[in-house]
Amino acid sequence: MTHQIRPASAPAQPAASRLAIADCDIHPARRSDAEFDPWLAPAWREHLQTYGARYRQGWQTGPAFPKAQPNASRRDAWPPDGGRPGSSLGFMQEQHLDPNRVALGILNPLGTGQGLQNVALSAALCHATNEWQIANWTSRDARLRASVVVPYEDAATSAAEIARRAGHPAFAQVLLLSRTAAPLGSRRYWPIYQAAAEAGLPVAIHAFGYGGNPISGAGWPSFYIEEMTSHAQTCQAGLVSLIVEGVLARLPRLRIVIVEGGFAWAPALGWRLDRAWRRLRSETPHLDRLPSEYIRSQVWFTTQPMEEPEPRAHLLDTIAWIGWDRLLFATDYPHWDYDDPAQAFPLPATASQLRGLFLDNARAVYGHA
Amino acid sequence: MPSCLAGAIDCDIHPAVPGIAALLPYLEEHWREQVVTRGVDDLASISYPANAPLTCRPDWRPERGKPGSDLDRVRREALDGFGSSLAIANCLYGVQLLFSEDLAAAFARAVNDWMAREWLDREPRLRASIVVPIQNTEMAVEEIERCAPDRRFVQVLLLVMGDRPLGKRQYWPIYAAAERHGLPIGIHAGSAYHNPPTPVGWPSYYTEDYVAQAQAFQTQLTSLVCEGVFTRFPALKVVLLESGFTWLPAHLWRLTKFWRGLRIEVPWVDRAPSDIVRENVRLTLQPVDAPPDRDTLLRILDHMQSDELLLFSTDYPHWQFDGDAALPEGLPESLVRRILIDNPRATYARLTEDAA
Repeated sequence: MTHQIRPASAPAQPAASRLAIADCDIHPARRSDAEFDPWLAPAWREHLQTYGARYRQGWQTGPAFPKAQPNASRRDAWPPDGGRPGSSLGFMQEQHLDPNRVALGILNPLGTGQGLQNVALSAALCHATNEWQIANWTSRDARLRASVVVPYEDAATSAAEIARRAGHPAFAQVLLLSRTAAPLGSRRYWPIYQAAAEAGLPVAIHAFGYGGNPISGAGWPSFYIEEMTSHAQTCQAGLVSLIVEGVLARLPRLRIVIVEGGFAWAPALGWRLDRAWRRLRSETPHLDRLPSEYIRSQVWFTTQPMEEPEPRAHLLDTIAWIGWDRLLFATDYPHWDYDDPAQAFPLPATASQLRGLFLDNARAVYGHA
Repeated sequence: MPSCLAGAIDCDIHPAVPGIAALLPYLEEHWREQVVTRGVDDLASISYPANAPLTCRPDWRPERGKPGSDLDRVRREALDGFGSSLAIANCLYGVQLLFSEDLAAAFARAVNDWMAREWLDREPRLRASIVVPIQNTEMAVEEIERCAPDRRFVQVLLLVMGDRPLGKRQYWPIYAAAERHGLPIGIHAGSAYHNPPTPVGWPSYYTEDYVAQAQAFQTQLTSLVCEGVFTRFPALKVVLLESGFTWLPAHLWRLTKFWRGLRIEVPWVDRAPSDIVRENVRLTLQPVDAPPDRDTLLRILDHMQSDELLLFSTDYPHWQFDGDAALPEGLPESLVRRILIDNPRATYARLTEDAA
């Protein structure tokens, strides 16, 4: 080890003067795979033991590109009583939820089995993940809300899982990953959006996942930094598809939340879409207004990783173009690129803008009192 | 002719190969025979569907034949029409889509020779980009070496979506050759369609394909910077053609932030990506993906933090604007002069030479 590791920082002091916040991207982890056992049939446990999970990438364990930190996590986020970062509710409360005054925390479990080659296994694991979120998380901390994790490559099964969770107060949204096997607006996924709209749940699209396609239109890059950066391009492609294929037009009450994909790209994407659509609208008669208007009315963005221009004030223009009411604060706890709520937004803004960004926008999207 | 544009250097126009037959005289005998015997179709890419509105402005669309295939019309509409002093011809014939390296090399030679004889010899205001068989690096370098002595070739032309990201080391001999000859690398919108055009697969609509070009340019910039192309070739200029430019600031904010956190992985990237891009990368003006109001555009230009980045282009005959509104309204006069003339001359060393 050639890098000096700073001593793990003490838990931040409770900041009574700080605003209560919503954290719209928290990653709970399981201490070991056995935590899913209560909800997984013995045959699937046997299958996993024998053949492994098999994502649409080549490694038996670990991500496609080696990450920057073990488990892509903050070095101080490993629970003192063992287990992976994010696997101890007690330590999460002590390190993050309490000192940062998190009033509403949205759980986005990753690496659970979404997008597996075997869609039946994916369905079983997603179902177990949802039960696990209730049993281990939301029932133990009233500030937390779960995501309906769905095996999105099998839309019918996903829709059934959403319908099963509809009306359950623990669930705040449906969770998809951005790297799907086909563009998000493709008809194969429509039952998911229909079910989410009927359940009144927003659909969150979190960066990452393995869809099997190269992560750029020009093939596979070399580096993790390229993969990380390209999540913004993948989220743009997914959003373009949702709009142009007509998902948002057909389901005007459907709300989309882009999670950890960046947000500063949204205005330029909207302008490009509008220009292209004005020229080519004969191709998409199912769209009845400018593409950017669908973004403005049906899409929200979580803030982490916050773009950081120099000078930072440039970001104020960008936020004004997107709309202050469209941004949802998120930390990405416990990952290495965590945004600290005390430091992540050093910009002049009005009290109501800040209150919206840090809390009220999330409460509105998620129907949280 | 709008007087404000007089003397402009148009860095992206598209003379078109009228059809595969036009190249037969420029193909070696073996390949000519292959084309005829096997009935090879015209290499017309789906990047610009023949009759799609974007492919040709209505008043520039010929009654028959491909837009941009007639020299007299190009003279009248693209050159006289804007008062341009020079224009760079980027021929979008589908050479890069071929799967055979040999066939691609043969067609690249034919397109370049056709360009020199049929266009450059006949119109002194035209310059051109060298089409290369990107499928094989050695052959691409050979083609650069073959064409570079003709000083009317001012750039090497690539498409934004090929087989692999353009920063990959396999392509570096191309950049070495380009740098050696003072030729920028021009990367134009378009795909070889050897990969799906989006990171999540094939879209349904052409609209999505065209919008996706901007995301492809973003990933290519990431690749060129992160692989260290500009560290190894500091004098190399890369010009993004028909890329749009309003996405650039947000992309650089993100890339530079991740570079701060992840530079241990790419230690050869020794400066902030935003600084590297502002020094080595240029973008053509059209399409201007911005709302029509002047204030927003000025804010975007401010976010770009340099007045050296944009190069004038009409993207003729593609339909990006109407009438003579090639320049967005309300740009400061000093910036207009840079976009029209100074920036192109600073980017393309060969434009300041006496080509005669």
